[in-house]
Amino acid sequence: MTAELVRGQNHPLSEARLEIRVSAGTPVVAAATLSDESGRIHGVEWVAHPGAPTLPGVEVSRQAAADHRLAVDLDAVAETVHRVSVLLALPTGVGGPVDFGSLAAPVVAVTGLDGTEVAGFTLTGLGPESAVVALELYRRQGAWKVRAIGQGYAGGLADLLADQGLAQAHQLASAINEAVAQGVARSVPAPPSRTADGDRSRQTTASALGPDQAASPYGGQGAQTASDPYQGSQGNQVPQGAADAVASYPTGPADPSATTQPGTPAASGTGGPVDYSHPRRRNTAPAPPPAAPPAEPGRPAQPVAGDATGWSMEERLYNQVWGMFEDLARSTAAYRSAVDFADTRMDRELDEVLSDPRSRIGGQGDAARESARAKHAQLVDQARQVLDRDLAQLAAEADVVEPALPPAYARWDNPTWHAYRVPMEMPMALRLGDLHLPESDRLRIPMLIRLPLERGLWIDSGRTGSPDGSFLDSHELRRLALDSAVAHTARLLAVHPADEFTVHVLDPAGSGAQAFAPLVHSGVLTAPPAVGAAGVADILTRLTEHVDLVQMAVRGGAADSLPPDFDTAHQLLVVNDFPHGFDDRAVTRLRYLADEGPAVGVHLMLVADREDAAGYGPLLDPLWRGLMRLTPVPEDHLADPWVGHAWTYEPALLPPGSQVLQQVLAQVAEARRLWRK
Amino acid sequence: MTKGQAISLQKADGGSLTAVRMGLGWQAAPRRGLFGSRTREIDLDASAVLFADKQPVDVVFFRHLVSDDGSVRHTGDNLVGGVGQGGDDEAILVDLSRVPVHIDQIVFTVNSFTGQTFQEVQNAFCRLVDETNGQELARYTLAGGGAYTAQIMAKVHRVGAGWNMTALGAPANGRTFQDLMPAILPAL
Repeated sequence: MTAELVRGQNHPLSEARLEIRVSAGTPVVAAATLSDESGRIHGVEWVAHPGAPTLPGVEVSRQAAADHRLAVDLDAVAETVHRVSVLLALPTGVGGPVDFGSLAAPVVAVTGLDGTEVAGFTLTGLGPESAVVALELYRRQGAWKVRAIGQGYAGGLADLLADQGLAQAHQLASAINEAVAQGVARSVPAPPSRTADGDRSRQTTASALGPDQAASPYGGQGAQTASDPYQGSQGNQVPQGAADAVASYPTGPADPSATTQPGTPAASGTGGPVDYSHPRRRNTAPAPPPAAPPAEPGRPAQPVAGDATGWSMEERLYNQVWGMFEDLARSTAAYRSAVDFADTRMDRELDEVLSDPRSRIGGQGDAARESARAKHAQLVDQARQVLDRDLAQLAAEADVVEPALPPAYARWDNPTWHAYRVPMEMPMALRLGDLHLPESDRLRIPMLIRLPLERGLWIDSGRTGSPDGSFLDSHELRRLALDSAVAHTARLLAVHPADEFTVHVLDPAGSGAQAFAPLVHSGVLTAPPAVGAAGVADILTRLTEHVDLVQMAVRGGAADSLPPDFDTAHQLLVVNDFPHGFDDRAVTRLRYLADEGPAVGVHLMLVADREDAAGYGPLLDPLWRGLMRLTPVPEDHLADPWVGHAWTYEPALLPPGSQVLQQVLAQVAEARRLWRK
Repeated sequence: MTKGQAISLQKADGGSLTAVRMGLGWQAAPRRGLFGSRTREIDLDASAVLFADKQPVDVVFFRHLVSDDGSVRHTGDNLVGGVGQGGDDEAILVDLSRVPVHIDQIVFTVNSFTGQTFQEVQNAFCRLVDETNGQELARYTLAGGGAYTAQIMAKVHRVGAGWNMTALGAPANGRTFQDLMPAILPAL
């Protein structure tokens, strides 16, 4: 969502850590001034400029450059500062252009750390000015906003600074120009000491392979490396905790692939580079992944659990499981492609034999047919050998990975569930079941879905084309669907911290009372399942209000203005027997929740037979499409993202007679009781 | 390497080559002074076409970065080229040991998506590298290579249990690999 601002327009900022990108086409000086409520700069120490590039929360480049990236951390800015003005000035005395009127309009953009643009502003209409206030970030009722300014000064930096009430404006302006002149004279600076890979997120599109491409792909100026915000000449960092107030309430932990950086232990100091590390992420280097023992010559290495990249064992296992998933998909694709090719070639060759008149003589035709079949068998054989080799390797890997999985990733029969404790953090992902292909019946890939859920779940209680052809009557299917819904719900409850997941159950006809009993009796629900049309209306109203409130708060950048008794946990609405008990209004609300809910932490789980809702016609098609369909019995309806094989999904079900669900729910309920005290 | 020359990818110690990389590099078009954002960018694309018995089976290019079987991987589209210091701007990695058994030839091509001929591109080259040790097996200079927008660069093909590479270096014209198919087929 990019807002292209016009002069004077403002825009809310939802993040505290920002980058301001400047693109001027010619070297310019970028600086930032801090000022109080009345817009006054209190002293030279309130100005970040090339001679003094770092202030708490703000860092500018040490040099003039055509492209700048200014790092800003609004949480680290001092309390007394109410305005951060970003200004551009043309360097003097170096033979460049003397006013902005002769240049293309500079472009300034405010972006998040991952490079997504929040707001942009093109400074048009400049004439004889040689310094300009491009935009300002300002506090308004506790939240930060950005305003496009574009105010130019023909008298240059000195006039600009004087206008903001700085007494020593002229001295500072000449100091800045001197610092810039020195910087220009310096040759291309040494590459910045990147202690971490924090800039990976914005380098991903760059060509990564060239060893001599350390320079960033933005612009061709040699000076640009100096604008790298990671270059810390003073070696201090702003205090770690400074950015703890994260405004993005319900979206949960940020995607770890976005900006992870271990960060060095923060020395408390005032000036220094802005700390880009995630405030809730560990700031020590993670333990190295387990090393695979050296392979015997001629044999593949022994697989090891956690043999993948990641900052934690959890992330490594997640990546490893997805790696296995991809490898199996691709190995099978290679096998299927080879078999297809062999079939086609044999058909063609047999056709040729038929149409060749010589084949009628003696045994020539038979020999040709025989040879075509032999070629086919040989190729299929070879392909199968390769597949078997790959399957054996993946099976060996699965054998070590399965036992190492944490509860969120593990099957219900994994012993890790017996040692279950209520976690302190939401896991990266959740296992919803297993996936396998017909070629590799023995090999089960855990189906791990990222949390928080991006889509609602639909447990299909309708008739399915189960691959084993077993016949299940519709009553039995409904029971199984409900059981697997309860198992998924219990798992979701178990993997979230006590105060971060609230489950609402809608059972309009009361037909699921028996299946929901474990949830109800253990006390993990805040209220018993709602029944009847009134219950449906009540819960949907409350959740719709919840979504509206959070959306307003997030859009307004005022996450802390939610009512004090507001439940900030993720919400899961489990609906049994949809659309029983739903009127048109309730259906509309449910669709609203399905569309808008996931982004603000409200999730859906529908236990439904699509046939039951046929009366709504195509109206509900988008709803079904928007949900992830899971079946209570094995069915091959899920496609992988790489090749698109049809994978057979099996739900994660409890072993028959197991008490693990009751034990786990009892612990969850206990933790919730303690939390509420 | 010269045009048409074939080299075996068997290593000197008898082991056979397991992974090759086709690298493509070129220099970004220079920025023009006043309207720096209006540069005419040059986008060259590297592609690899997988053949089984002269039938194309799979293609790896900027819209399909990994062959279905996972053996051939494109590292990603680069739209503007590099700074011209010799690094690969686009690369295609081939894990020869994982190429499906029926695939017997892989042809590498380069084409100019934005339409500039190789005469207009600065410092453009493509090369084949033994990925295991970084040794360059073949290198072509594309810059000044005539008024063509594409080149059928080389092919690796099965010989017995191993692979051979043949330098092709045939000029052609086309925006994407589809346009090059008629030019590729004679080389198989």
